[in-house]
Amino acid sequence: MTKARRRLSGLILCAACVALSSACVQKMASQPHERPLQASAFFADGQSARPRVFGTVPSGYTRNNARVEPPQSFDPDAQDLPFPLTREVLERGRARFDIYCAVCHARTGEGDGMIVRRGFSRPPSYHTERLRQAPLGHFFDVETNGYGAMPRYDAQLSVDDRWSIAAYIRALQLSRDATLDDVPADKRAELQSGGQTK
Amino acid sequence: MHPTFHRSANTVARLSIYGAVFVLAGLAWVAVTVGRSSYVTEAGIARRQPVPFSHKHHVSDDGIDCRYCHATVETSAFAGMPSTATCMNCHSQIWSDSPVLEPVRASYRTGEPLRWTRVHNLPGFVYFDHSIHVNKGVGCSTCHGRVDQMPLTYQVASLQMEWCVECHQNPAAYVRPREQVFDMSWRTDRQDEQGAQLVKDYKIKDTHTLTSCSTCHR
Repeated sequence: MTKARRRLSGLILCAACVALSSACVQKMASQPHERPLQASAFFADGQSARPRVFGTVPSGYTRNNARVEPPQSFDPDAQDLPFPLTREVLERGRARFDIYCAVCHARTGEGDGMIVRRGFSRPPSYHTERLRQAPLGHFFDVETNGYGAMPRYDAQLSVDDRWSIAAYIRALQLSRDATLDDVPADKRAELQSGGQTK
Repeated sequence: MHPTFHRSANTVARLSIYGAVFVLAGLAWVAVTVGRSSYVTEAGIARRQPVPFSHKHHVSDDGIDCRYCHATVETSAFAGMPSTATCMNCHSQIWSDSPVLEPVRASYRTGEPLRWTRVHNLPGFVYFDHSIHVNKGVGCSTCHGRVDQMPLTYQVASLQMEWCVECHQNPAAYVRPREQVFDMSWRTDRQDEQGAQLVKDYKIKDTHTLTSCSTCHR
């Protein structure tokens, strides 16, 4: 066997060893940091996810310097939003309402959503006199703290989202006895032809 | 003198030398195929969970939006797993005496979290953020498949780098309008014309940036 041949066979052997042994140990794949909600031996309660501490900035949110604020007090009798009402606010309110509220309250606000049809106790319709008279702050209060069988939603919904939903609920209520005169003149034809279909 | 080897030994020797090439190629093929198979990627295999949670039932039968439970998917890297309290939003009254849901009630009583088995497990050297994908028009079903049709949850994609890069090289073939991101059954016949326009509208970075190493390995 010549020297060159021996070297070649050595190379092939090496390559084969590398090919066979790779992908067996993936140390970089399991690095010493916790993944979201991973169990932890470090903390006494066994959870790596820690409760939020007021006044701190959560890791990953340093760009907008969003401090964790304690829950703001609010007026459950407030008649108005704490920010200006725009079309975007209502659109946002509708989108969030359809995700988090419509499951029980139904998209119409009647209170016969799918979860109610499955057996959950039926919430009152938004279109009752009591809720039509209720101040905007009442809806924010119920979303934040729950009411009767309804659980609180402050974990899923930001403060602004909760106000947006309150505004959208008011829009749902108003839509019940709206007349054609409430529709902008240039939109009336569209409405009468059945509206825009998506 | 009687020869030690028969004449045919020459042919056998030559064949085995050339044959080695085929054997090596065959081994390489087996290695690649096994590497892509669900034996390695765990795609298509439903994981054992403390409660046999059905996305099919909750999404298709009940019409619950993904974000009702995965509430942080639009704003954070982690899509968010529902707390036990979120389960109890409905199950305080529905199926409230079902033995199948006892682990959920036990978790609610004791405060001890449910220990779900992670279905999509990216290696630690991959940086991934749900929010940027969702906000740039990558639909849930593009990566997770028809979760709304899964009685038990499994991973659809291989989650291997070649799979990620497929889209990072040509996002126009995959992105959809933002409004349709959470629509599990969304599909279009006009992806060719629409995709390129969406890439432009959503200011999705060029292929060079999207496939740069440090985009995903930080």
